[in-house]
Amino acid sequence: MYEHDLLIVGAGLAGLRAGVEGVQKGLRTAVITKVHPVRSHSNAAQGGINAPLTDRGDEWEGHALDTIKGSDYLADQDAVEIMSSEAGDAVLELERMGVIFSRGDDGRLGTRRFGGQKVARTFFVGAITGSAMLHVLYEQALKHGLQVYEEWFVTSLIKEEGAVRGVIALDMKTGELHAIRAKAVLLAAGGAGRVFEPSTNALICTGDGLSLAWRAGAPLMDMEMIQYHPTTLARTGILLSEAARGEGAYLLNSDGERFMEKAAPDYMELASRDVVSRAEQVEINEGRGVDGNVLLDLRHLGRTFIEERLGYLQEVAVEFLGIDLAEQPVPIRPGMHYIMGGIKTNADGETEIPGLYAAGECANVSVHGANRLGANSLLDTIVFGRRAAKKSVEYVKSIGENGSDSEAHLKAEKERLQALLDRPKGARTAEIRNEMATGMTEGIGVFRDQNSMEGALAKVHEMRKKYDASIYVENKGKVFNTDLMFALELDFMLDCAEAVATGALMRKESRGAHFRTDMPDRDDENWLKHTLSYKSEEGVRTETLDVVVTKWEPVKRVY
Amino acid sequence: MQTNLKVKRQDPEANGSQPHFQEYSIDIHPDSTILDALIYVREEVDGTLALRCSCRASICGSCGMKVNGRARLVCKTRVADLAPEGEQLTVEPMGNQRVIKDLVVTLDTFFDQIKRVEPYMKPDKEPESGEFIASNESMTNLLTAMNCIMCGCCVSDCTVLEVDDNFIGPAALAKAWRFTEDPRDDQRDQRLKTLNDEDGGIWDCTRCMQCVEVCPKDVAPMDRIMELRDAAIEAGNRDTHGYHHTESFYNSVKKNGRLDESRLALDSAGWTSIPRLLDLVPVGLKAMMKGKLPPLFPHKAEDKQKIRDVYEKVEGERE
Repeated sequence: MYEHDLLIVGAGLAGLRAGVEGVQKGLRTAVITKVHPVRSHSNAAQGGINAPLTDRGDEWEGHALDTIKGSDYLADQDAVEIMSSEAGDAVLELERMGVIFSRGDDGRLGTRRFGGQKVARTFFVGAITGSAMLHVLYEQALKHGLQVYEEWFVTSLIKEEGAVRGVIALDMKTGELHAIRAKAVLLAAGGAGRVFEPSTNALICTGDGLSLAWRAGAPLMDMEMIQYHPTTLARTGILLSEAARGEGAYLLNSDGERFMEKAAPDYMELASRDVVSRAEQVEINEGRGVDGNVLLDLRHLGRTFIEERLGYLQEVAVEFLGIDLAEQPVPIRPGMHYIMGGIKTNADGETEIPGLYAAGECANVSVHGANRLGANSLLDTIVFGRRAAKKSVEYVKSIGENGSDSEAHLKAEKERLQALLDRPKGARTAEIRNEMATGMTEGIGVFRDQNSMEGALAKVHEMRKKYDASIYVENKGKVFNTDLMFALELDFMLDCAEAVATGALMRKESRGAHFRTDMPDRDDENWLKHTLSYKSEEGVRTETLDVVVTKWEPVKRVY
Repeated sequence: MQTNLKVKRQDPEANGSQPHFQEYSIDIHPDSTILDALIYVREEVDGTLALRCSCRASICGSCGMKVNGRARLVCKTRVADLAPEGEQLTVEPMGNQRVIKDLVVTLDTFFDQIKRVEPYMKPDKEPESGEFIASNESMTNLLTAMNCIMCGCCVSDCTVLEVDDNFIGPAALAKAWRFTEDPRDDQRDQRLKTLNDEDGGIWDCTRCMQCVEVCPKDVAPMDRIMELRDAAIEAGNRDTHGYHHTESFYNSVKKNGRLDESRLALDSAGWTSIPRLLDLVPVGLKAMMKGKLPPLFPHKAEDKQKIRDVYEKVEGERE
C-alpha cells in the first residue's frame, strides 16, 4: 500500500515545481511519472520564458495586455493579472536555483524579443531554455529529497464520495498494478499533441491528465484552441524555436518576399503565432510555397551569432535536413504544437472536483485563451505549478484521514486491463491512432469549417467504436510492456480528440487559433465565452461560461 | 529503401531465455532515422519489442542504444548514413547498465552516479533581491555541460566503468564541473577536494576519449574531467597518486625526453607510502615473468634538447 498527502502526476516543470513546494511545506509528497523526470516534454521549450521584471522598468500590465491580446481576448483577465505580476519573482527564483540564464554586459539577466510583444522580456538559455530549467528543477528535487515513482503509468483516478483520493498506476518495470492513496492529486501531465499527426510534440504527449480529469467529471475547456507553431522543420515536423524570429530571422515565400508585410505590417514575423501560421498557410495554399513549405531565413544573422544563441536550431537543421542556417534558408511550415485548452481550473489550480488539482499544459486557467504567446508556457508551468501546490497543501491540511477503499478500485482496474490483454486478436494501436490523428489534422487544422470539423468528430466516433470493439495488445508480458501502455494512451487520446472536436463545433465564430473559413469574424456579442464539455454516461454534455474581463475591453486585434 | 535490423532481444520473463538476436527486414523512407525504423518494427511487425523513445528530436535523451557497437541517440542517426546500401545494422542496449528488457536498460546506474556529485547549486547566501550577478561568459561557458541530456551514451561506452563500477563516470563528472565552474556556487574547493580524494573520482579516467566521441551533445565529458584535474591541482590537492603520476610523467619526459615507466610507477605510489609500494611488487614480478618489466634505467631520447625547448616554450607561454 502506497500512501501520500499530495501526489503529483507528471514530472515536467509544473510537476517538479509543485513537488518541491509540497516537500518544503512538510507534506508527504510524491511525483508519479511515466518517464524519468528529465525526459519530460518541458525539455522541448527552446526560446525562453516571459517575465516583466518590474525592478528594471518593465511593467507587468504591459505583459498582461500582450497576453490578453495574444489570446484574442479569450483569456480570463484576472488569471492573466496573477501570472504577469508573479512572473518576475518566478524567473528570479529559477535563477537563484541555478538556471544559467543569458546575461547582459552588466551581469544581470539578458532578454530577447518574442512574438506578440514589442518589449524584449523573454529570458533564455541559448535555445535550450526548457531543458535548462527542467534539469535545474530536477536538481532541486534531488536536493529536497522529493520522492519520484519513475516509469509508473497512471491508468485511473480513485474517486470516492465525490472527491479524488488517489490513483491506480502500472509500474512499467515490473508490470504490477498498484493503488496509491493520496489526499490530493495534482495533474501536471502535459498536453495532448499526439492526438494530431503530425505534431511537434513528443510521443509521450497523449493527454493522459486531460482524460483522467474528464473521466472523473471535471470539465475540459476551450479544447478547440489548438496552436499551430509557425516554424516546424519540413518533412520531420521538428520544432524550430520562435527565438529565430525573435533574433531577427525573416519568413520568405517562393518569390523571396517577406509575406508578413501583408498580414502584420507592424509586428511582421513577430506577430502572434496564429496570425503567422495562417499567413504561411495562405502562401502555401496560393502557390507561393516551396514544396508545401515557406522559408525561414537566418543568413543575415551570421554564423557566430547563430551558433551561440540558436545552437540547437543549427544542430537540427544540419542533422535532419543537411542545411547550414548560415548559408541557406530552411523550409518550414505550420505544425500542431500546443493545446491552449485543458482541464478547467481557477488560478489556484482547483478543478470542480474536490481533491483534484491541475497545472501546466493539461490545465486551462485560462491565461492563453485562443492563442498562447511564445514563452508564456514555461511561465505558466512555474507560476501555476507553485500556486496549485500551495492550494493543495491547504486542502490536505484541512481534511482528515484518507479512508478510501483503494483495494476495490485496484481489483476493478486489474480486471479491466486483463480483459484488454486477454483479447486474442484485433486492431493494433498504431492503426487506430494514425487514422484518428490524421483525421484530426485534416478536420481541425490552421483553417477549418463546419464540414471539416464534423468529419473529424465522425472519424473520432468511428475510431472510438473500433477501439472499444477490437483494440489488441500483442505483447502479453509484464515487464516493460509498452504495447499495453500505448493502447491505454490511445484510450486517453480518443477522449481528448472527442473534446477537441466537440469544442470546435460549439464555437460559431473565428477567434485566435480557431479560424473558421465559413465564419471568419470574431463575435464578441455571442462568443466572448469559454466552451466547456463534460463526459457523462449519456455522452458529452456542453456548456458555455463568460470570459472574465477586468480592465481590458476587447478591441479589434491588429499586429 | 530496404533495411535490415539485427536487434538484441532479452526477455526476463521467458524461462531460461538468453540474450539473442532477432532480424527484421523492413521497407523504410530513405530519410528515416534508426528510431523511425525501430518504431515501425514495434508498431507494425512486433509489438513485443521494448525500447524507450519520446521526443524524436535529440532533446529528451531517451533513445540511447548501441548501433554497430557504439552508443548513439538513434533519433538523430539516419539509417542511410550508416547503411547506405541496406547493410545490416546491429542494435543493442547500452553498455555498463543492466538490461530490463530488450533495448531498455535500468536508469539507476546513471542517476546514482549523478547523485554522488551533489548535483545542485550550493551558494553560501542568496541575493536578497534580484538575481546573482554573473558575467555572460561564465554562463555561456556552462552551456557546454548544460547541453547534457543525460542519455547515458558516455556511460555506456566508458572503458573505465567496464572494469570499475565505482567510477563516478563521465556524465556525473561533467555535471560536477558545471558546479565548480559556476561563479554562483560557493563550494568549489570542497567539491574539488571530494572529487580529488574520492575512490572513483577524477583521477580514475584513463583518457580513452570514448565519451567525447559518443556524446551526441558535444559535452565532451573527458575534457571536463581534465579541467577538473587542473582545477583540483591548482586548488592545492597535490597529495594523490593522480597528481604524483602527472608530475612524474611531466618531469621524466622533460629530463630524459622519454617516459621512465619504472619511476612513474614508484612516483605515483609515493616513495614514503610503504603499503602502496608493496602493492607494486606482485605487479612487477608478473611483468618480469612475461618480459614486460620496463628498464630500471630509462632509455633517453636522442635529441633531448628539442624536447626541452618545447617545454620551455610552453612554460614560458603559461607564465
